Amino acid sequence: MIMSGDMKLTLKVWRQKNSSAKGAFETYQVDGISKDMSFLEMFDVLNERLISEGKEPIAFDHDCREGICGMCSMYINGRAHGPWKGTTTCQLHMRAFNDGDTIVVEPWRSVAFPVVKDLVVNRSAFDRIIQAGGYISVNTGNAVDANSILIDKPDADKAFAAAACIGCGACVAACPNASAMLFTSAKVSHLALLPQGDPERKTRVNNMVRQMDIEGFGMCSNTGACEAECPKEISLENIARMNREYVSSVFAG
Amino acid sequence: MNEKWTNYKGSVKLVNPANKRKLEVIVVGTGLAGASAAASLGEMGYKVKAFCFQDSPRRAHSIAAQGGINAAKNYQNDGDSVHRLFYDTVKGGDYRAREANVHRLAEVSTSIIDQCVAQGVPLAREYGGLLSNRSFGGTQVQRTFYAAGQTGQQLLIGAYQALERQVALGNVEMFSRHEMLDVVTIEGKSRGIIARDLISGKLERHFGHAVLLCTGGYGNVFYLSTNAMGSNVTAAWKAHRKGAYFGNPCFTQIHPTCIPVSGDHQSKLTLMSESLRNDGRIWVPKMQNDPRPANQIPEEERDYYLERRYPAFGNLVPRDVASRAAKERCDAGYGVGASKMAVYLDYASAIERYGKTEANKRGLHNADKETIITLGKGVVAEKYGNLFEMYEKITGENPYEVPMRIYPAVHYTMGGLWVDYELMTTIPGLYCLGEANFSDHGANRLGASALMQGLADGYFVIPYTIGNYLADEIRTNSIPTDHPAFMEAEAAAQATIDRLMNIKGSKSVDYFHKRLGKIMWDKCGMARNEEGLKQAIAEIRQLQQEFWSDVRIPGDANGLNPELEKAGRVADFLELGELMCVDALNRNESCGGHFREESQTPDGEAERNDEDYAYVAAWEYKGNNQYDLHKEPLTFEVAKPSKRNYA
Repeated sequence: MIMSGDMKLTLKVWRQKNSSAKGAFETYQVDGISKDMSFLEMFDVLNERLISEGKEPIAFDHDCREGICGMCSMYINGRAHGPWKGTTTCQLHMRAFNDGDTIVVEPWRSVAFPVVKDLVVNRSAFDRIIQAGGYISVNTGNAVDANSILIDKPDADKAFAAAACIGCGACVAACPNASAMLFTSAKVSHLALLPQGDPERKTRVNNMVRQMDIEGFGMCSNTGACEAECPKEISLENIARMNREYVSSVFAG
Repeated sequence: MNEKWTNYKGSVKLVNPANKRKLEVIVVGTGLAGASAAASLGEMGYKVKAFCFQDSPRRAHSIAAQGGINAAKNYQNDGDSVHRLFYDTVKGGDYRAREANVHRLAEVSTSIIDQCVAQGVPLAREYGGLLSNRSFGGTQVQRTFYAAGQTGQQLLIGAYQALERQVALGNVEMFSRHEMLDVVTIEGKSRGIIARDLISGKLERHFGHAVLLCTGGYGNVFYLSTNAMGSNVTAAWKAHRKGAYFGNPCFTQIHPTCIPVSGDHQSKLTLMSESLRNDGRIWVPKMQNDPRPANQIPEEERDYYLERRYPAFGNLVPRDVASRAAKERCDAGYGVGASKMAVYLDYASAIERYGKTEANKRGLHNADKETIITLGKGVVAEKYGNLFEMYEKITGENPYEVPMRIYPAVHYTMGGLWVDYELMTTIPGLYCLGEANFSDHGANRLGASALMQGLADGYFVIPYTIGNYLADEIRTNSIPTDHPAFMEAEAAAQATIDRLMNIKGSKSVDYFHKRLGKIMWDKCGMARNEEGLKQAIAEIRQLQQEFWSDVRIPGDANGLNPELEKAGRVADFLELGELMCVDALNRNESCGGHFREESQTPDGEAERNDEDYAYVAAWEYKGNNQYDLHKEPLTFEVAKPSKRNYA
């Protein structure tokens, strides 16, 4: 078995006891890090040490550790999910760093995502945006035979690409305005591209955009930072499509 | 048997809409089973409360399922039918599942695909606009529907959206970042739960006329598995301690195609979808301890051992067979990679084959090798691109150029809470759905059947069967949660938390979890024997004592404390691990994923013993490391047990 490696790193990590406490960076030296470790396994190593020293470990969200659940959410050296393109924090590996590096780790920063503790934030605003209309109203048992709905492959592929969003919130964290346009537009696009989504498309886009505003997310100013940092590389085209959907829902009878 | 579900539906008791509004149902877990159940019951008019420990119901671990979902649609006209799916599943489970349950599963499989497509789930399509299928292990037809390598994600998001719609309508109340810590029983019936708000640390009491546990599998008892870090047995285990029997706990699925362990820091293992076995070829060098890199080993010096041993199914043998074959080669000294505990999964020939087809499609009939390879890589990227990228991120190697290294890892647990045909546990009013129950997969689950079972239970079974129970509960008013049974259960949950926090020992939770995992993997993993299992039981009991006297949990219980959450889960894994070994020791036969070294044929294949073990082992908790065995005999009217033969 390969034992731990020999990288030494300096970590500056945001510590905050709870949502009402004032937070601050703390600095930790970690060593024995191997290039084969994932970024979160490096945090495991640090946390095990903190526990052995009688200190409280760093709280962070994570679950599947294979890049699909959307739970992990670290802002690493000024970038949502760190330096690798199209990669969640849990899939980022220490090969991305060099011995002696200093790494700054913060939680997602957004009014709509309040910090719960350390690197953990509350993203329930995203659930409420889906509640506002991110679904097709079909009760269980109402469906017709699946192959009676024909969908041409290019549309099906585009819908799938939009539906690949994992709801992690990196788009909000990356945006200078903390806008949730990429997340919301991915769902609007996914459903608008499919015939099943057609009956509700006008109310859907209206209600979801309104909820996005109620939650306190900022406006979109087309910087494209969301697309650049999205671990699933959700396209900006979805925002354009949502804007068209929104305009036509407002002006069409 | 074929008519059982139809007859059941025709005669089951119903609850009228006005009464449904007065009946409260608690759903714990929001994966495919939980989300689909909560949404469906909300649509029907029940008052539903749903709970998950993640920050959003969309994150449940069903989301990580990659390959697909089976359904007996026969869209490919390749001879599939409900009967074939039923038969394949019973056989694949090595004749340790209930026939009637499996038949029902096969019957409703087609409705699942219809429902998901109606919800807008973007399953893969052909150019004509029709749905696409692929083949999967353990079958000879193409019945697997898929959405690239993200089928679980797309199906779960469909169920999640249906659930959020019911939340918006006020039919479901959602409790995220809540963990269930006990079932509350009153006069023998399940009447609610105790849950901990993971943010405030406060315990809460919730009433329900019925409680549904949809809390997934317990593979994390092995520490390293393909499960999410938070996946746990606690809800099911607390129910077990309250009287629900645990069925076939030792039936564990070790998945053959996972990325091998790279070091002691490893926190979890990553699955490479079984769909990769469709096109990839598995091999090891013919020479022991061959030091050459893969691409320097000529074709004739490679042993495609699955194709050699099982020519009829080749690389598509069921998971248990493929896993054991890999272990056999590695144990015999033919393993590859730095650890020598891996085999190759090679895409070179698939890339060439697809490249030729693609070249022909484009009219390039004399394409050179380079063009063919480039075109082939494009086709493979479209089919499996996200999986190949994931492999490269984790290992730093490019699988388009060098074969992937894979090794078996714990993936799924066929065992779980014992349930009857209606999915009710031995506690009236307490149901168990999805991977958390024991019911449909016998001793081995076929690929693309977990998603099918989760959604079958949630969308199409529980909406019928729960009415049969609740129809008799319409006169039961909501029980106030200051009832003594609620207060006692809350006090007991609080006492456990206090006890854990007050140990103030010297070792972290992970320290104990890793030790438990090693015992389980070494002695209750891919191969088991009497001596090892007896040792494991003794070692686990010792470890339980050490845990309860020396675990260290920093911080306090009045707020978010991930170490406390883990400690509660590991405490339950320590008890479950013991029961798994007890069950494995009792079952002195090999069947499916359970391989007893004492019970094998001369050429190393599993040897089942129907005379003595054609039963479900349902264990009753008696306290203090005591478990009583109840046997539910299995009879087969249609799929008569035969030796599983994939050669």
